[in-house]
Amino acid sequence: MSTSTETIEQLATREYKYGFETEIETDQFAPGLDEDVVRRLSATKGEPEWLLEFRLKAFRVWQKMTAPTWHNLKIEPIDYQAISYYSAPKKKPELKSLDEVDPEVRRTFEKLGIPIEEQKALAGVAVDAVFDSVSVATTFREKLAELGIIFCSFSEAVKEHPDLVRQYLGSVVPYTDNFFASLNSAVFSDGSFIYLPRGVRCPMELSTYFRINAKNTGQFERTLIVADEGASVSYLEGCTAPMRDENQLHAAVVELVALDGSTIKYSTIQNWYPGDANGKGGIYNFVTKRGKAMANAKITWTQVETGSAITWKYPSCILVGDNSIGEFYSVATTNNWQQADTGTKMIHLGKNTRSTIVSKGISAGFGQNTYRGEVRVGKNAHNARNYSQCDSLLIGDRCGAHTFPYLEIKNTSAKVEHEASTSKIGEDQIFYCRQRGIPTEDAVNMIVSGFCKEVFRELPMEFAVEAQKLLSISLEGSVG
Amino acid sequence: MLLEIKDLRVKAEDKEILKGLNLSVNAGEVHAVMGPNGSGKSTLARVLAGHPGYEVTGGSITFDGKDLLELEPEERACEGVFMAFQYPVEIAGINNTYFLKAAVNAVRKYHGKSDLDAVEFMQLLRAKAKLLEMDQAMLGRSVNEGFSGGEKKRNEIFQMAMLEPRLGVLDETDSGLDIDALKIVSNGVNALRTPDRAMIVVTHYQRLLNYIVPDVVHVLTGGRIVRSGGRELALELEEKGYGWIEAETAGARG
Repeated sequence: MSTSTETIEQLATREYKYGFETEIETDQFAPGLDEDVVRRLSATKGEPEWLLEFRLKAFRVWQKMTAPTWHNLKIEPIDYQAISYYSAPKKKPELKSLDEVDPEVRRTFEKLGIPIEEQKALAGVAVDAVFDSVSVATTFREKLAELGIIFCSFSEAVKEHPDLVRQYLGSVVPYTDNFFASLNSAVFSDGSFIYLPRGVRCPMELSTYFRINAKNTGQFERTLIVADEGASVSYLEGCTAPMRDENQLHAAVVELVALDGSTIKYSTIQNWYPGDANGKGGIYNFVTKRGKAMANAKITWTQVETGSAITWKYPSCILVGDNSIGEFYSVATTNNWQQADTGTKMIHLGKNTRSTIVSKGISAGFGQNTYRGEVRVGKNAHNARNYSQCDSLLIGDRCGAHTFPYLEIKNTSAKVEHEASTSKIGEDQIFYCRQRGIPTEDAVNMIVSGFCKEVFRELPMEFAVEAQKLLSISLEGSVG
Repeated sequence: MLLEIKDLRVKAEDKEILKGLNLSVNAGEVHAVMGPNGSGKSTLARVLAGHPGYEVTGGSITFDGKDLLELEPEERACEGVFMAFQYPVEIAGINNTYFLKAAVNAVRKYHGKSDLDAVEFMQLLRAKAKLLEMDQAMLGRSVNEGFSGGEKKRNEIFQMAMLEPRLGVLDETDSGLDIDALKIVSNGVNALRTPDRAMIVVTHYQRLLNYIVPDVVHVLTGGRIVRSGGRELALELEEKGYGWIEAETAGARG
């Protein structure tokens, strides 16, 4: 009986395929963090005074904070003075097309199997590639510009659209929000900025590939998406990082502002280096993602979290406006010694607000997977509805799955449902598949794929394909 | 000879279950293996399929000239050994059609053939569904999920039709079926009887054999086949129960 368990575990503990480093000249700060570093960072980026003030306020707040301990994670203490807070490719060319991108950078993308050119040609996806901290390639800008859509790096947005950035930066995740968000607010490097004017539907999926590269460099992305009234956009974020031993800190902040009647769909595939089979190395991924939905607006978070040594992440929705909708679809896998504490918060403030939570946790090896979710219904949120479903799948008997649902209901007309299940990939399921001629590896992929189906179908097509690849899943292609 | 089992000895969790079982099956034949509860009938079926929960401690199984015990479960399946499960397993989120396509193509790959494309596959699926009077709606549902007992068993027979095995092993396919479901399942099995396909029908009750008429009936008790005969043996068992055979066998041994 043990043979097939072993095979399943071998599958689950396959080595990280994207472990390589790119040699590229970088312009990097010495490790350490104080007010001077914040000022220097802001000056290097040529930022206006108001943004430096924002950073400094955040830094001062952060200095008085301590890292959270309420999570179900074991984290070695992080030495924030041992981290370099700025790194940028030295050549900083003004790019008109992808052909001008540093060939070394492009080779990196190609190794990852995401040749930007091909994506540009085939998928019709506008890609804003973040390489380390500074954007090096931006495409489809003109086409988007015709519609009045702004899609650029955060740094560029600060220069070219300062009023918009100033209006919305920190409006959903204030600089005082939490330890990692405050750190990000003080030292954020770059990220994406999207603005959709009133009534505009973005005609293509917008996508960014992040990649942490230079050694010892924490990367602190800052992303801000604003959909004006009646606008809609689907944004894809995918990541992978090179293999190395030191833990790398990653603390991003994503803010979504969905004004009246607008729709924002934010999809993530996170595949950063998870550490080796003994739990050495790997990315620390502490992310604050939150969206604010005004009347009749809708925000959908979809995430497939397969990487990182530690994931601490709760994409949330504040349903401010009446009839607004929040959705969270998540697949989180933990193998070897990976740990994930992830989930969502749905905060119902408006009337007739609705939220849906579907969380699928897969644990293998010694992996620990925690779902932590909060549904809060405010006293004025008449007829609020929530449906939560949290399923865990265990592979082997040394991993763990934990579920912490929190409910805070202050309005008696609210309806809140919660379903949870835990199952094991059974020997009998594997044997059944094998008896039909399907090898163990394919059988595991198939069972996992079936388990994640409700989440995968929320992903945009090309991402769904990538997600399935990531989980080594044979495609579920036929009649539904 | 399609299948030859010689002196098969099998243990599960340190308990010996099969104690020197012999059985020979020719292509085209249907053999019924009957016996009281706990006699080792289902063990025989699962060992043929290569279930990892059993340890073969002695004897041999030759299938179409090959040493079956050397093969992994999926290799056995690809060689043409099919087992209809007594308790078919549910696989959430994977629809029946997709599962069947994966299985059919896995078997084709084993034999060096290319995958059936979507059109070819659907043609095969429809033809077999018609043969077995399968409801098309069932094919779009997740594998066995929320199926009634009868639907699960029908689905097993349908899978057998799709995979076209050389040997079908039906493990207590009649258990938990009402008479209508039993008829439907039996009709399906009968439709799949061919001169080059053999079947082993494992059952506790004679009832099934009214619908699937066997060429040979074996009585398995105490881990061995103690008597073989024609269909009349099954009727005799129906009338007298298993006690007398067990008593006779014990007497012969003692």
